[in-house]
Amino acid sequence: MAVETLGGVTRARPAPWNDPVVRGWVFQIVVVGLVGALAWYLVTNTMENLQRQKIASGFDYLGREAGFEIGDTMIEYSPASTYARAIWVGILNTLRVAVLGVIMATFLGTLIGIGRLSPNWLLAKICEWYVEAFRNVPLLLWLFLFYKLISEAFPGPRQAISMLWGSLFLSNRGLYFPVPIADPIQKWMGLGLLAGIGLAVVIHRWAKKRQAATGQPFPSIWVGAATIVGVPIVVWLAGGAPSQMSWPALKGFNFEGGTVIQPEFTALLVGLVLYTSAFVAEIVRSGILALHKGQSEAAAAIGLSRTQAMRLVLLPQALRVIVPPMTSQYLNITKNSSLAIAIGYPDLVASINVTINQTGQAIENVLIIMAAYLSVSLSISAFMNWYNKQIALKER
Amino acid sequence: MLKASSTIAAGLAVVMASGPALAGKDLDAVKARGALLCGVGTGTAGFMLADSQGKWKGLNVDVCRAVSAAIFGDAEKVKYVPLTSQQRFTALQSGEVDMLSNNTTWTLTRDTALGLEFTGVTYYDGQGFMVNKKLGVKSAKELNGATVCVAPGTTTELNLADYFRANKMQFKPVVIEKADEIRAAFFSGRCDVYTTDASALAAVRVANVPAPQKPEDYVVLPEIISKEPLGPVVRHGDNQFGDIVKWALFAMVEAEEYGINSKNVDEMLKSDNPTIKRILGVTPGMGKALGVDEKWVYNIVKQVGNYGESFDRNVGKESILNIDRGVNRLWTQGGLQYAPPIR
Repeated sequence: MAVETLGGVTRARPAPWNDPVVRGWVFQIVVVGLVGALAWYLVTNTMENLQRQKIASGFDYLGREAGFEIGDTMIEYSPASTYARAIWVGILNTLRVAVLGVIMATFLGTLIGIGRLSPNWLLAKICEWYVEAFRNVPLLLWLFLFYKLISEAFPGPRQAISMLWGSLFLSNRGLYFPVPIADPIQKWMGLGLLAGIGLAVVIHRWAKKRQAATGQPFPSIWVGAATIVGVPIVVWLAGGAPSQMSWPALKGFNFEGGTVIQPEFTALLVGLVLYTSAFVAEIVRSGILALHKGQSEAAAAIGLSRTQAMRLVLLPQALRVIVPPMTSQYLNITKNSSLAIAIGYPDLVASINVTINQTGQAIENVLIIMAAYLSVSLSISAFMNWYNKQIALKER
Repeated sequence: MLKASSTIAAGLAVVMASGPALAGKDLDAVKARGALLCGVGTGTAGFMLADSQGKWKGLNVDVCRAVSAAIFGDAEKVKYVPLTSQQRFTALQSGEVDMLSNNTTWTLTRDTALGLEFTGVTYYDGQGFMVNKKLGVKSAKELNGATVCVAPGTTTELNLADYFRANKMQFKPVVIEKADEIRAAFFSGRCDVYTTDASALAAVRVANVPAPQKPEDYVVLPEIISKEPLGPVVRHGDNQFGDIVKWALFAMVEAEEYGINSKNVDEMLKSDNPTIKRILGVTPGMGKALGVDEKWVYNIVKQVGNYGESFDRNVGKESILNIDRGVNRLWTQGGLQYAPPIR
């Protein structure tokens, strides 16, 4: 280049087939064209095949009566409801097990991951065995095992194990326990709970600021917990403290009243949590091990206890290593919940499968299932990426 | 293992399946492959069950063998594909199998919107309920509040909901895809009731009750809540293949009606009866019309047997199930089995 400018000669434009800019564009257009052609071929071919085989298409079926019963629903549902509602019941069931699974697996996995690093030999070994046991056996087998354990180990409803002076009943139909009878106050208590959580966050921030300014610690965790529990209770008292409960009682084949945690749900949740927490434990352990040992030595030097060092110094730094792989574990829990079909928990896949079978419209239903899992997965990823940015090392 | 994903994969195979619509392409594919791909259930004693050597046996299996005998002259050129209730239709639609002989109920929706053709009725069935004797239940009308084990994506599942709705009763379903698992759930007491076709209930009661429980611990309730005509299914589009499947079953019924069985079929070749001569291809024409060998019925009866033989051997009086022929008797004996004439 220097030579060219020195000579005052501008370099000749290369021939178009040698020009990187032109070539770049040509390749892009060719690739886009090929992908488009493939997509067009697949779509038209599918439509043609469907028409030829006289398979109905379109999403009209969503509004038709589903006609099948679902055993475990979070919302009102009956066989007279539509296919759309049946699928929605499945989505909610999937979300329920995924959300609870993520929370519980995170807690358990973190404890076990820290436990593996404990100087207590027995505790460290137990945690290690736990990880190896759960990591090395396929999840489906664990699910079968837990489901069999629950359905074989517990007696039928008529011989149910009664606990806490006859308020809890454990049988192979699940765990029945009393719940408050629906009352308008419950909605306000829910709002009170949200307000309590908001208040706790505000208190925590204020306490942090005050500690930074004055050095005065404030037990913000305990006070926060008290607010979260306290506000709904105050609302309940203000509403006249309605205390009518629905109690489970044996009637005919089964218990009526109260509410139930069903064996299929329990087996799936326990399986997912125990299995995934083994992986979470390894991620947490590696995150902590990734820190220089100077960090724990420094923490010890300023007089922090082991627990304080873990909570205030090590874990916050380890999070930067932990969060990205953790995202995959959360996605795994969500996707693995589809194994529910093997033990009869009515999740999204189960609802969709029955719908496919009753309507024969596989493609539409597969599109729905893909869209549902994709949006859940992308939401988890987006949230975790946001969180990762929050905890990332901020260089100023 | 992952049945859900394979259902979806089969669904996507519909997307991918290519090639123009040609009459006879299914038949051509079967001939070119040299084997019939027959979709059967995952295992119901008497109807379709692989024995300890992996050899499939049962009334439904015999239909596959009859079709194979008609096309190839050899009843053994069948590859069996075990399918769950949820997989079967997508597997057939996408070409994973050539036909189903899978205890599938003939319904309007399935015959129209699914792009499928039912070719006949192998077994006239109806849905029943089985309960543990200890519950002391005498009638299905007493099942209010019961927990019911049922297979997903079946007419059984829909009839069950309809029956309870019609009788103003409540129930909780436990829905598991694999037949073994749903039975295990029932026998462990997870459900009060197991519901499926009455024939399958009889089979399960005899063959699947786990020790130390005994078949006598369980009772099938008297109510039959639905009509379940079970028969073979093929894809829409290849009528010639559909005809062969249709007439293979008819040939078995027709053979029984005219007293032709696997033992006397060689004798029958010498018969003077013009109908028998026509059926067995001594008077040619029928095989040509169907597009198969003239000895197609001879091959079916010789190698598989007539309908009555197959029934008795698999589910009837010679089997452990010992199911009464009931409505599955020939029409000449007051039953429903009636084949159009082979002429």
